Amino acid sequence: MKRIFKGIAALSLAATVFATSAVTTNAMNDSYTYNYDYWGDVQASPDFYTVRRVFNHQELGLQDRMKNPQGMFAIGNKLYVCDTGNNRIIEMMAGENESLSVVKTFDSIKGDVEIKELNTPTDIAISEDGNIFIADKGNARILKLDENLNYLMQFDVPVDSTLDPNMIFQPSKIAVDTAERVYCVATGINKGLVKYESDGVFSGFVGAAEVAFDWTDYIWKKFATQAQREKMEDFVPTEYENLYMDYEGFIYVVNGNSSAEDLKAEKAKAVKKLNLMGSDILVQNGEYPVYGDLYMGNGGGHEGPSRFTDVTCLENDIYMCLDRNRGRVFGYDDQGNMMFAFGGNGNMDGYFRYPTAIEHIGHDLYVLDSQDCSITMFVPTDFGNTVYEAIEQFDLGNYDRSGECWQKAMDLNGNYNQAYIGLGRAHLRQEEYGDALEYFELKYDAENYSKAYKQYRKGWVQDNIGIIIVVLLLLILVPNGIGRVKQIKHEIETADIFKVD
Amino acid sequence: MNRESLQNYWKSLKFALYCMTHPLDGFWDLTHEKKGTYAAANTILALTLIIRVAKLRFTSFIFNDVYWEDLNIFLYMGSILFPLILWVVGNWALTTLFDGKGRLGQVYIATCYGLTPYPLIQFFLMPFSNVVTVDEKEFYGVISAASLVFCGLLIVAAMGQIHEFSFGKNILFTIATLFAMLVMIFILMLFFSMISQGIAYFISLAKELLFRL
Repeated sequence: MKRIFKGIAALSLAATVFATSAVTTNAMNDSYTYNYDYWGDVQASPDFYTVRRVFNHQELGLQDRMKNPQGMFAIGNKLYVCDTGNNRIIEMMAGENESLSVVKTFDSIKGDVEIKELNTPTDIAISEDGNIFIADKGNARILKLDENLNYLMQFDVPVDSTLDPNMIFQPSKIAVDTAERVYCVATGINKGLVKYESDGVFSGFVGAAEVAFDWTDYIWKKFATQAQREKMEDFVPTEYENLYMDYEGFIYVVNGNSSAEDLKAEKAKAVKKLNLMGSDILVQNGEYPVYGDLYMGNGGGHEGPSRFTDVTCLENDIYMCLDRNRGRVFGYDDQGNMMFAFGGNGNMDGYFRYPTAIEHIGHDLYVLDSQDCSITMFVPTDFGNTVYEAIEQFDLGNYDRSGECWQKAMDLNGNYNQAYIGLGRAHLRQEEYGDALEYFELKYDAENYSKAYKQYRKGWVQDNIGIIIVVLLLLILVPNGIGRVKQIKHEIETADIFKVD
Repeated sequence: MNRESLQNYWKSLKFALYCMTHPLDGFWDLTHEKKGTYAAANTILALTLIIRVAKLRFTSFIFNDVYWEDLNIFLYMGSILFPLILWVVGNWALTTLFDGKGRLGQVYIATCYGLTPYPLIQFFLMPFSNVVTVDEKEFYGVISAASLVFCGLLIVAAMGQIHEFSFGKNILFTIATLFAMLVMIFILMLFFSMISQGIAYFISLAKELLFRL
């Protein structure tokens, strides 16, 4: 009897050990929110954003289900959604208690124009003056309307000798700057963004994607036969997938078609921040380039790199990229460090089937899912708000407060690299170099560590200059002195007058 | 251990410093005057290994990234020991066929004596790495590389002296030894893959038998 008891006890013990170990490993891998550490290992994280509500057509009080919605735009507390499949645009208002209410929907415009019905509108943008711009893809035009939907003008196919004259203009994504210049991503145009002046004149292409070019490919092509050459990939730049005009007037563009090899070799960029000249000014000082997931293997039927389909940038320079491949959102700071990653593919709230657009109002995020036909609203958690406050206070120069916030973020998430580095930077700015060094060393931030160490070393030398000089003098004088004493001793011993015969 | 042998050991160890500064003269005396000992050679090798491992811990993180989770100290030591053994055996095996005067033990002693700059220089680089910043990274890199080049030159010079080779012949046999090392690695890999396949065969045979019984 006793033996049976013992056996059962041992078995149950073993079972608990196995069960708990299984649970812990799962918790590590399946964390909804995660981040990468210095080594590129996935570190589970408490949620940065959490789902507040998912709005589908019923929640919004619409008659018809949305159909393949493609574009979204937020301005003030208003949110516009292009219900592409239903050829209509839905204007919504974000109200109190995280609610969304439909203001109006429209599928046609007013004014002096031949075609009044919208046909597969894919994107919408509102200028500061309140004029509405719509990428009316099916009608091959970009519309400019006033706030009462009266037709003002339209932007047509760009007139350029390098473009095929028979090409059908398919504007898919647009952005408008403060002077009402229009930037457009058009299907079939890979020369960059199509730029129109405010009077509707096409004024050129901006920020063409560089060609991922490899000299070995070039040599191969020289030796390849015609048939082989045709099968090879062409050296053509890829089209941008989406664009976003940030609060400073810089344009973020995303490119969702680069190969994993090009991304890893930094030959292709998944995200770019274009200035007025069209050159990329995105800072990439993070441990890893900005391309979302580091691990691109097959998992859950999805493989390959993150395919960014939209991007949005908050006023504190944190930008979020939306990955349509694995349904994730990646947040990066202005230095290119990953702040968080969350999401996944699925039907649960907070997971996506085919996300197409991301927008923000304040710190809240809205993600549009084109297959689920819903808008998911995310609000930052306590952890997220703490991190945001830490960053915003740092930018304001309140390093003390920023340090406190980073400390709190670290208490909430001990695996969070940015908290350590943020705390170190706060200490650095407050000239507490010793503390700063400690935090930077913990997270292998050599650049910041060196900055702090330079100051620390300077301070140390200044404080101990007396001792250093004394030690140096001793080092020179003592051996010298000993040598002289020995020499004198030797001279005395060998001197003739002391010779005893 | 008596006093005399201890003194002898100490003298042979100090001779490594002489070899470092006077490679041709020093390495000639090393074997021909029997100034080198196994004890001293082993000490230098041990110091090299200890310094190599200590570097992981005490060099500033700016210069070395150590992923401790993935580190196997013994494999890490093997990264010095294994090439060393290949070098010694390969060099001896080749030179003995072409009028090399050095014996296997002498090749080993001379090679170990040739490693002297590594522990000496790297030891002082450890504290040095902790007082420099990223901007001064080059200083560290150059000195560190210099210690390795120094070792390499010493070993080549040592081989020339103990085998009594001319300069040209020495260079030729250095290159030939490197090839010999490659050949040995190839044969080892072949050997291990053959053995593992052989073992796998018997294991599957045993499994088959167990299923049938």
